Amino acid sequence: MSAYLKKFIQYRGLLSQLVSKDIKTKYRRSMLGYLWSVLNPLMMMMILTVVFSTVFRNDIPNFPVYFLTGQLIFNAFSEATNTAMSSVISNSALIKKVYFPKYILPVSKAGAAFVNFVLSLIALVVVLALTKTSISWAILLLPLPLLYLLLISTGVGLFLSALAVRFRDIVHLYGVVLTALMYLTPIFYPITILPDAARQIVSFNPIFHILEMFRCVVMYRTVPSLKANLVCMGFSIIALCVGMLTFKKNQDQFILYL
Amino acid sequence: MESTALSVDGVTMQFNLAKENVDNLKEYVIRKIKRQLNYEKFCALRDISFTLEKGDSLAIIGKNGSGKSTLLKVISGIIRPTAGSVTVNGSIAPLIELGAGFDQDLTARENVFLNGAVLGYDKKFMREKYDEIIDFAELWDFVDVPVKNFSTGMAARLGFSIATIITPEILIVDEILAVGDHDFQVKCENKMSEMLSRGATLLFVSHSEEKVKQLCRRALWLDHGRARMLGSADEVCDAYLQA
Repeated sequence: MSAYLKKFIQYRGLLSQLVSKDIKTKYRRSMLGYLWSVLNPLMMMMILTVVFSTVFRNDIPNFPVYFLTGQLIFNAFSEATNTAMSSVISNSALIKKVYFPKYILPVSKAGAAFVNFVLSLIALVVVLALTKTSISWAILLLPLPLLYLLLISTGVGLFLSALAVRFRDIVHLYGVVLTALMYLTPIFYPITILPDAARQIVSFNPIFHILEMFRCVVMYRTVPSLKANLVCMGFSIIALCVGMLTFKKNQDQFILYL
Repeated sequence: MESTALSVDGVTMQFNLAKENVDNLKEYVIRKIKRQLNYEKFCALRDISFTLEKGDSLAIIGKNGSGKSTLLKVISGIIRPTAGSVTVNGSIAPLIELGAGFDQDLTARENVFLNGAVLGYDKKFMREKYDEIIDFAELWDFVDVPVKNFSTGMAARLGFSIATIITPEILIVDEILAVGDHDFQVKCENKMSEMLSRGATLLFVSHSEEKVKQLCRRALWLDHGRARMLGSADEVCDAYLQA
């Protein structure tokens, strides 16, 4: 255990280098650069708000904030897991030639997506101000859902990246899984419209619980309950354990399949 | 203080030589059901053992595909051997593929730090050594140019400078000095000799018999993954050339 920790400390520089590399290269050569992390969710929200307030009528109070919170959380998860999934495959040249702890690759991708997500929270601040949504001290608990999100996406990313090396089909399959997951997350509909059976299924979706907690502190001005925290913590621990074990078990085989 | 720098003990490396790479689920399931999942085994290394004292130098020679690079990869920890073990006492600088960790879109300056991190050096250390690295690579005019615009030789120069920034206890060199112009090759060889004179242990792969004799005291001849001969560099080289 202490050997692992020592390795991690030695290579933590690599982790931060890779994260900053990803963020730097993401918007390189675009004129607006980092601003896109804010503009993108803002524009999406505007389109969806227009669609849902004219074509599909809905009675969600404060729809812009409701939708934006959902979209930010889901996109962060989707970006983190998607990029982490292919991180080992796309860095095959490096893995074949240099020794370094391989888990750094998916972890750095999840980290980069998370930094990008934190940046895009500026969009949320803008929309909160424009819609004159009042906030309370509960917002100070914002780091909680963010932490759970980071842990779960890291775990899922580790799991997927290890599997994807062995079975490339995962890369294609995961797109479908993400779409299903998106509809199982109340991003643009209220959870109350679902029949009981569907709600049962949704309760197994970790993103739903994180989103609930996120909306709790941002829009509903309430402190998330202990139960909600325990549920999110449980999901985080399961995701991390399964991810780390799968990765550890498979990592020595990577080189044979790259 | 231990006197062995490296001991390789009965290392065997076996690859599944999948004729058609089974890397998708459907294929895997079908073959599992049909019980066709027996891969052809390919032994890249068979029961290789040797020890290297501190300050010693060993050349590994052999034909293409005889397992030289695989052995170096096993020693530097990139692949884990199927059987046997490798014990390393000290830091390793693997000059196996220079600039392997370069990101083509980043500039030379950014790549120095990225590559340093890949090799496990911290940022502060790299900042101190930065000038020295660019000096040695003679790339001051190109520090802010993306590496994708570099020539192969320039990238190799940068890679060599980064990899040799510490004086490692064990230096692993895999036929890399073939790139780069004559002046730079001489410079690299001088740097390697300097490290050796400071007590570094060398593991060297080359097809040039002349360089092997010049740089190494001992040699290991690999033939189809087996150790055919282990002895003084002169003897092994001569036997290899006659075979």
